[in-house]
Amino acid sequence: MLAVCMRQGVKESPLLSVRGLHMWFELRRWGFGRTGFVRAVAGVSFNMRRGEAIAVVGESGCGKSTLAKTILGLYQPTEGEVIFEGKSLNGMGIKKRQWYCSQVGYVQQDPYGALPSFMNVHRILEEPLIVNRVKNSRERQSRVREALEEVRLVPPDELLSKFPHMLSGGQQQRLVIARAIILRPKLIVADEPVSMLDASVRVEILELLKQLQHQHNLGVIYITHDLATVRYFSERVLVMYAGKVVEATEVGSLLSDPCHPYTRALIVAISDPDAANLETFKEVPPGEPPSLLNPPSGCCFHPRCPSAIHRLCNKEEPPQFEVKPGHLVMCWLYRK
Amino acid sequence: MTALRQGLKQLGRHPSAVVGIIIIVGLICLAIYAVTTIPYGEAIRLWRGGEGVWDESPRNALPGWVNLLPGTNLPNTLVLSTKNGVSKSVEVLPAGVKAVGVAMPFDYWYDDFPSELALFFEARFDRWKPKVSMFWLTPDRRQIPLGERSLSASERYSISLDPRLRERLRGQLPEVGLFADPTKKTIVLKGRYELVIEALVFEEASDIDAKLVVYGKVKGLAGTDDRRRDLWIALLWGTPIALAFGLLAAVGSTITTLIIAAIGVWYGRWVDAVIQRITEVNAILPGLPILILVGTFYSRSIWVMLGVIVLLGIFSLSIKVYRSIFLQVKEAPYIEAARAYGAGNLRIVFRYMVPKVVPVLVPQFVLLIPSLVFLEAALAILGLGDPVLPTWGKVLNDAFQSGALYKGYYHWVVMPSIFLIVTGLGFAMLGYTLDRIFNPRLRVE
Repeated sequence: MLAVCMRQGVKESPLLSVRGLHMWFELRRWGFGRTGFVRAVAGVSFNMRRGEAIAVVGESGCGKSTLAKTILGLYQPTEGEVIFEGKSLNGMGIKKRQWYCSQVGYVQQDPYGALPSFMNVHRILEEPLIVNRVKNSRERQSRVREALEEVRLVPPDELLSKFPHMLSGGQQQRLVIARAIILRPKLIVADEPVSMLDASVRVEILELLKQLQHQHNLGVIYITHDLATVRYFSERVLVMYAGKVVEATEVGSLLSDPCHPYTRALIVAISDPDAANLETFKEVPPGEPPSLLNPPSGCCFHPRCPSAIHRLCNKEEPPQFEVKPGHLVMCWLYRK
Repeated sequence: MTALRQGLKQLGRHPSAVVGIIIIVGLICLAIYAVTTIPYGEAIRLWRGGEGVWDESPRNALPGWVNLLPGTNLPNTLVLSTKNGVSKSVEVLPAGVKAVGVAMPFDYWYDDFPSELALFFEARFDRWKPKVSMFWLTPDRRQIPLGERSLSASERYSISLDPRLRERLRGQLPEVGLFADPTKKTIVLKGRYELVIEALVFEEASDIDAKLVVYGKVKGLAGTDDRRRDLWIALLWGTPIALAFGLLAAVGSTITTLIIAAIGVWYGRWVDAVIQRITEVNAILPGLPILILVGTFYSRSIWVMLGVIVLLGIFSLSIKVYRSIFLQVKEAPYIEAARAYGAGNLRIVFRYMVPKVVPVLVPQFVLLIPSLVFLEAALAILGLGDPVLPTWGKVLNDAFQSGALYKGYYHWVVMPSIFLIVTGLGFAMLGYTLDRIFNPRLRVE
């Protein structure tokens, strides 16, 4: 098990700490014959402070969403654990689990799919409160209104009786965010919250998330495939590739001095409205993300890596190297 | 639930749905009317048709509305009774003997002969039986003697079946001979007829009552069967029974099927596997033979049949349809969101998954009702109907068994068939329209 650990500058207990998390999905044949595992998350570790924003970046199929869902407790991890405020999710009783559910909010990618089409706005927002035993109906009403105002879906009275399909994409995503924060959680997991939205709305939604984060001192795990929005939002970045964190550092350091060849390729791929782009050749790694069923030997990235070291990268998996304080890379190029 | 509500709102725009709803509402009104006007016990008593219940009703009569057709003037049943409007004259003779005279005049203006004639006597006496002699007076003042007899306490004299009278009428059936024009023997002589009864009673307290029934050829709204029962009773009472049966069986099997499908999908693994295997085995079991077995060896009660149909319907193939929808819904992001905020298994199944299927379910449910009504009728036609309840299928079974179509009693088969067809039509019109609304891919623009 390889882990990328972040050192904490402050001696504060972390809000969330993920330790050696593995999430493998079993593949079966005929319902019982086991044919293999999809290693969606294969050894991820990190700590997160209260009120911190962490971005997880990577291309499609690298295990970002599985990581998010495992953190949310939707999947039972194959190995490793998720520790929230010092309590491990594994072996949590039903009551504790319910409490955990109220402590984390989930913002999904597709706002329309994330909202049950047969419930109106009021009902959608009331559901988490009912599930988490807010018994007083008047209190529920006031919290629904409060949440709507916080995400600036105003005036609440007009919206309460509407159904999701009557709202615009941006309004739907605001509603999803309102549902995520209505239980006053300490952590928000936002899984590509703006990738399905119109470019004009994206900034608004990110601004909103940022503002809520500051206002409530929320921890936010922001999952995206778009490095351009990372700069906008978070303090720390984890770059994921084939279920592993290949590089982890501060945003500034990552953008100015990317170490892992994969990170470099990602940064090159950021779209930039510059006419010069037409002429310059972009060094984008060829090929596709590796199969998670049969990951390549050694470093997962070696088949696509422009600077792979023969007989090393394809044989042995690189450990993490600390290039600079707080900047960890899983790449043999940085061995000491 | 929005999809459901919006779909229902659209119904008004589809004429076929409106017609379907009108038919269904009409049937429901008829059912309510049946249950309120003829209580359950009364309906069963009438249908069983014990002693004297249908004395005044003709056999195999056509429905009354036949007379509305142009050129048709079939006789209705006439009842004349000394207990009800006909006066008696009493003359005291010596030695305690009384002569009781009864004259029963009636107008006969119909184009056709009656179907039957009968006289009912009631006599009160101690030891000496009263003696009666009867005459038939025709409008052209002919007098036809109907014979003499001594009465017992309660007696039925079937004039139609009197062989001596038939002889006297030169071989003509009495109900024809007594009403025929003497010159043209197949034409009814219209006018005032009279039956005269002269009785001698031999005791002080002795008395007689007489009732003449001239059985017609039309009766009620639906005619009668060969046991003189008014078919309208069965058609009327068949409505609530058919609707209740269809509705209960449809509700019972649909809801359980839905819930089982949802539970199977949500819990997955072996739960799902077991449900699927049971469904597949159940799918190849033939339903009708099982019902016939139950009906033959256990009970033909309609409620037992209902239970068996629901049991067989629980693991019907619609589980596969619902399952395919639930499998999609299960992976929907909104379910994940619900799990993330801690919704429990049952809440997710009932509040988040089931509502997604309702739009698919509603048309199927509506279309299931008539098929169950037909199934019940089919069982009755096969002789497995409830032994006491009057139902549409039961009427068809009776008609089939007495060869109604060979004998030309079409009304006996047509009336219950119309009810079955109209019921099927109403639900089908509504159901297919709902299907078109909720599954818009079938819609032809």
